[in-house]
Amino acid sequence: MIKTNKDLLQYYNKITKESSKNDLEIIVSMGTCGIAAGTTPVLDELKKGIQEKGLSNKVTITESGCMGLCHSEPSIEVIDHKASKSIVYGDVKPEHALDILSNGVNPINGPTLINRTWYYPEDESKKENCPQARVVLRNTGRINPESIEQYIMQKGYQALGKTLCEMSPDDVVKSIMDSGLRGRGGGGFPTGKKWSLAKAVSADQKYVLCNADEGDPGAFMDRAVLEGDPHAVIEAMAIAGYAIGATKGGIYIRAEYPLAIKRLQIALNQAREMGFLGKNIFGSAFDFDIEIKYGAGAFVCGEETALIHSIEGMRGEPSFKPPFPAVAGLWAKPTIVNNVETYANIPAIIRKGADWFKTIGTPNSPGTKVFALAGKIKKVGLVEVPMGTTLGDMIFKIGEGIRNDREFKAVQTGGPSGGCITAKSIDTPIDYDSLRALGSMMGSGGMIVMDEDDCMVNIAKYFLEFTLDESCGKCTPCRIGNTRLYEMLDDITKGRGTQQTLFKLRDLAHVIKDTSLCGLGQSSPNPVLSTLANFIDEYEVHIYEKKCPAGVCRELIQYTIEADKCTGCTLCARNCPVSCISGERKQPHVIDQSKCIKCGVCYEACKFHAITKN
Amino acid sequence: MTQESSCCNGAIGSDNVLNMYPEKRKLLKEYIDVLPIGDDRNFNKGFLIQTLHKAQEIYGFLPESVQLFVADQLKLHVSAVYGVISFYSYFTDKPTGKYKINICTGTACFVRGAGRLVEEFERYLGIKEGETTEDKKFSLGGLRCVGACSLAPVVMVNDKVYGKVTTKMVPEIINDCE
Repeated sequence: MIKTNKDLLQYYNKITKESSKNDLEIIVSMGTCGIAAGTTPVLDELKKGIQEKGLSNKVTITESGCMGLCHSEPSIEVIDHKASKSIVYGDVKPEHALDILSNGVNPINGPTLINRTWYYPEDESKKENCPQARVVLRNTGRINPESIEQYIMQKGYQALGKTLCEMSPDDVVKSIMDSGLRGRGGGGFPTGKKWSLAKAVSADQKYVLCNADEGDPGAFMDRAVLEGDPHAVIEAMAIAGYAIGATKGGIYIRAEYPLAIKRLQIALNQAREMGFLGKNIFGSAFDFDIEIKYGAGAFVCGEETALIHSIEGMRGEPSFKPPFPAVAGLWAKPTIVNNVETYANIPAIIRKGADWFKTIGTPNSPGTKVFALAGKIKKVGLVEVPMGTTLGDMIFKIGEGIRNDREFKAVQTGGPSGGCITAKSIDTPIDYDSLRALGSMMGSGGMIVMDEDDCMVNIAKYFLEFTLDESCGKCTPCRIGNTRLYEMLDDITKGRGTQQTLFKLRDLAHVIKDTSLCGLGQSSPNPVLSTLANFIDEYEVHIYEKKCPAGVCRELIQYTIEADKCTGCTLCARNCPVSCISGERKQPHVIDQSKCIKCGVCYEACKFHAITKN
Repeated sequence: MTQESSCCNGAIGSDNVLNMYPEKRKLLKEYIDVLPIGDDRNFNKGFLIQTLHKAQEIYGFLPESVQLFVADQLKLHVSAVYGVISFYSYFTDKPTGKYKINICTGTACFVRGAGRLVEEFERYLGIKEGETTEDKKFSLGGLRCVGACSLAPVVMVNDKVYGKVTTKMVPEIINDCE
């Protein structure tokens, strides 16, 4: 049990000294994505190798969370503590294990060598050629999330100790306010302000909630933090509890994240055992504990009032604000709801101060943002950059450009609530305000890169389909308006659109934006409006020429075989799932258009580029 | 407790799942018994979602008889229970197949061709998304981002993840199940 700030420092010194890890440490990335890509056999092989070679007091294995290197999973980092050297490998296979064990930090052939593009602002000064700055992800991929000792060795719970022993609740709120931290869940509301509102209300009970119901299809940073560094969120929630005067906390998490839930439960138990949760924390009069609450798959529950209703056991429908949750939230008591990534910033701000935090990022949006970089990009992964980094740097420096060297077309940020940003805005520094000015939004940080093969009308339709599925149905503009929007887009992609459709589309989108009840409805037309603004030519080609320039909208394309290029190899005919290609061997083949389902299998199978799509 | 005894006699509820598996019912009852259920309906409601998670874990789905049982135990009206089940996509009141084939419909998978995969699975199994084959072997569904975007498009069969799936791999994946 840690009773005082001094206890914690003593314990920190003790375990840091004792642990003096073995000379060689191998960190194995064990997030959901790593495990899916096959990290477990690599880990087993490493463990076996250590045992067989009798290296157990020379090599330490750390099973960590995600390193963010999704493009090269399974990934591992080998650290030589004596020589202060490290090397990161991607695409590691079990057969590389023995080689890695015998070579340490000397590069071996086989796995991919990863160029490290990140640094840790809390401990290091800015490094050349490191566009990434990891504040939120400072521990994910570095420590074992199931070990509270390892978190403490990274100065864990010192921020909580500092707040409880040296700061008044007002001081805490003030330093968060001064840091300029804004909510990382999407809206960008100043976190300090939210806290001060809740603090100002007097009530017999207040609540601190954590929104871990990551619903944006294409964002997974909250999961990575919870799987890789659960204690950071727990510590931050306790700090928030002290600041606003709450004794109860809740983490609302998706049931689809079993690994994150498991690691959170372990972390909560450890924190209780050590006395970081429970009664009289750090010997103060402050009591705090956290419960896990399960979501059940509803995107709208990311909206704070909907989330609160869901915890109360009701349908997750949002309600009108005011009253804001800071005044009347869970069980009608003052409640703050912050997102996982927001919380993960808090301990660092308390440890290093608001002024330090403001040195990172832009004046209006200090700090960093984690993005899930995905889509048609070479290096898919989790990246954390200072606010104000340009899209170009993210896509071409960190993401290393577009796959198959296709042409970059647009990047979609903010998921179903966001919009597309095109090549002409590629040098815009990204922060909350600049993205909004571009007609998109930060959202939770999904960033899907698209190339010339993506049809923007179809992308808008995809997001509308998502909204339709997830709209709770409480207010009419969102429930019915989005259905009509979807139908219009469907018409356009099927060649039934007219000029009238285009006008109606824009009008209705604005009406939905202006009249919906909650953030989901108000932002749901964004994908339509931003593609209309940036890619009106594509809409027009669909409507007037009944063609899809990217060759995606099925009703508007036709596959044909060019007789002079066809060698009659029969490959297309053999692959066709509906057997609609006929022709003699070594004779040009023909597609029966009446039977063709336009699946594109023949197009991909043909080795002679004899099949055209137009 | 009249409602409970009547539903257990088969008077209420169009199915018999609750009575068919006494051991499952016992598990669920044990789970509910340790919850601090009181007379305040609003307070009890706070335990509804976690109880339904448990019930679905035990039964695989939430048939009417189980809904009635949960409502009775938590002293809620069954409409409150059904309202929650129909709202959240995680809960289902229909039995699912032995192999749950879920195609990721997250944005990254979408731009890399998940839509075509859905169609191919539908064609191959002869069912639509959200349905189960007659032999109760396969059910087909979509799922939001599993966070394996580098492997897009991704298909999950129960807990197994298939990455970089093409339409050609569909028969293979089905065969893998058998």
